[in-house]
Amino acid sequence: MEKLNSKELAIMATKARLLAVDAVHTASSGHPGGSLSCMDALTTLYFNEMNVDTANPQWQDRDRFVLSKGHCAPALYSVLALRGFFPVEDLKLLRSIKAHLSGHPDMRHVKGVDMSTGSLGQGLSAAVGMALGAKHNGKTYRTYAICGDGEIAEGQIWEAAMAAAKWDLDNLCAFVDVNGLQIDGRTCDVMPSEPLDKKFEAFGWHVVKIDGHDFDQILAALAEARQTKGKPTMILMKTVKGKDVSYMENQAGWHGKAPDDAAFATAKAELEQKLAELEGK
Amino acid sequence: MAGKIATRNAYGEALVELAEKYPQLVVLDADLAGATMTKGFAAKYPDRFFDCGIAECNMTGIAAGLSTCGLKPFTNTFAIFATGRAYEQVRNSIAYPHLNVTVVGSHGGVSVGEDGATHQCNEDFALMRQLPDMIVCCPCDGNEMKQAVEQLIVHEGPAYLRLGRPAVETITDEYPDYHFELGKGVTLRDGKDVTVIATGMMVQMAVKAAAMLEAEGISVRVIDMHTIKPLDEELVLKAAKETGCIVTSEEHSILGGLGGAVCELLSEKCPVPVVRHGVNDTFGRSGTAAAVLEYYGLTPEGLAEKVRQAVALKK
Repeated sequence: MEKLNSKELAIMATKARLLAVDAVHTASSGHPGGSLSCMDALTTLYFNEMNVDTANPQWQDRDRFVLSKGHCAPALYSVLALRGFFPVEDLKLLRSIKAHLSGHPDMRHVKGVDMSTGSLGQGLSAAVGMALGAKHNGKTYRTYAICGDGEIAEGQIWEAAMAAAKWDLDNLCAFVDVNGLQIDGRTCDVMPSEPLDKKFEAFGWHVVKIDGHDFDQILAALAEARQTKGKPTMILMKTVKGKDVSYMENQAGWHGKAPDDAAFATAKAELEQKLAELEGK
Repeated sequence: MAGKIATRNAYGEALVELAEKYPQLVVLDADLAGATMTKGFAAKYPDRFFDCGIAECNMTGIAAGLSTCGLKPFTNTFAIFATGRAYEQVRNSIAYPHLNVTVVGSHGGVSVGEDGATHQCNEDFALMRQLPDMIVCCPCDGNEMKQAVEQLIVHEGPAYLRLGRPAVETITDEYPDYHFELGKGVTLRDGKDVTVIATGMMVQMAVKAAAMLEAEGISVRVIDMHTIKPLDEELVLKAAKETGCIVTSEEHSILGGLGGAVCELLSEKCPVPVVRHGVNDTFGRSGTAAAVLEYYGLTPEGLAEKVRQAVALKK
C-alpha cells in the first residue's frame, strides 16, 4: 500500500469517523467521544506509519498496535476495515451477537487486532511485552499503543512506563489521547494527571507534545520517535473529544452514549460535508 | 529420587534443565527470584530472564505481550500476588485472549508458615479454576513437578502452576507404574471402602493416612490429582462408583478448589458422600509450617478423621 499523505489521511480519517459513528448508532451502544478524538492518530498509524499485511494479519514481522483505551474499539475497527482486514459492511454488526466485532478489541476474533483490551491500564504492559519480545528475538518491528488520559490514573500504566525505560524500549511508541474528559467529567477534576510531559520524562521516556488533529505534527512525532534511541517515546496529543461531530465535541456526556436516529443524521451530514470539502467537491 | 525437596526448588531446577531444549521459554519474576527459585535460571540465562520489580500486574501484562511474539513466558511470584493482586490481568490479558503463558504461584497454602495470613494463599485454585480453558496444576513432589514443568512448556494456552515452600518427601518415583500427564490423575494406592483425592503436599499425607486406616480395617484408595483443571472426571467417577464415598484433601480453602470441583462433578453425575479436607472458611496465621499445618488439621491424622466421617456417611 502507498503511504497516504496528510491530505489523504484527513480524508481517510473522516471516512473512518463516519463509519465509527454509524456503527455506534446502529449498535445503539458504544463509545463515540474517545473514538473520534484518537481517530487521526489511528488513521496515521495504519495508513502511513505501520508495516502490516492485511492478507497475513499474523505476519510475525509486522508492526504491532495495542489500543490500551479499548473502549474506543469503534475507531480501531473502522480503521482496520478501511485498511482491508475485514469488510467495511461488518461494522454494521458492532456489538452484535451475530458477529465478531465485540464491544472491546478481541484479538481472537477480529483480524488485525494485536491485543485484546478493554480493562483500562492493561494494554501498555502488553505493548511493553511485545517491544521486549522484538528485542529478545532480534526483530526490527515497532510497537505502538494509545492510552486515554483518564486511563492513566491506573497504576499499572506507570508500572509499564518504568519497565519500558528499564529495558530501553526505543522500539515502543505510545500516545496519550489528551482529550481532557472522562465519564465522570473533566480529567482535571476527576483525577488530575498533569504535568504529563514532566511525569513521563521523569519515568525515562522521550516526550513529544502535539496537536492530535494535525497530521503533519502526528507524522513528525512518529518520525522523531523512530529516530529516538535508547528510550521509549510518548506522544502527548491534545485532542477534542467527539472531534468533528459538533454536538459531541468537548462533551463528556458523549463518552459512552450512542446517537439516536436524529442525532446520527446530524453527525452524518456534518461528516459528509467535511469529506466533500476535503475532497474538494 | 527419594529424599526431600520443596516443589519450588524442583521447579527452579527444571527451568534450568529444560532451558536448552526449549529456547522459547522465558522467565519473569517480581523481585522474588530467591524465593520462587528462578534465581538459578536468571544466573544461567540472564538474556531470557526479566525481573519486573514489585509490579505483578505489569509482569502479567508483559508476559501476555511476550507470548504474542512466539515466546513461552512463565511468570513468577507468590501465589497470593499471582492470582490475587493480578487476578484481573490474568483473566483479561492472558486467559480471555487464550495466550500461551504459565502463571506460577509459589508459596501456596498455609505452609508458607511464619509470614502469616497476608502471604498464605488458600484461594488460588478457586480463582484460577473459574477461568475458561485455564489449566490448574499443583504437583505433590519434586519428581512430579519436573514433569509438570516440561508439559506446561509444551502446552499451548493459559495455565496456573502452584509451588510449595517447605521441603516435601519425594514419593512418586517409588511407584513403578507412575506416569505424569496433565489432566490425568494417578491412582497411587487401590482401595475399596473410600477414595481420597488429594493434591499437592496432601498427597503424601493421604498415603500415610491410608496406611494408618488399613490397620483399622478401612481400605483406602488414594488418587494424586495434580491437575485440578481439567479435572480427570473419568477417574473421579470410577472412584465414586467403586468405593461409594470420597474425601478431597488440599492445602487450600474447602471452598472452590479441588473439593469444590469434585463436588460439582459428583452432585450431577454420581451423588455419593463427599467430605472436604482443607482449610475451612478462614484465613491463615503465623507459625512454623509444621505448626500451622497442625493447627488447621492438615496432617495424616486430620485427614484420617475425615476419611472415617466419609465412611460413616455411606451407612
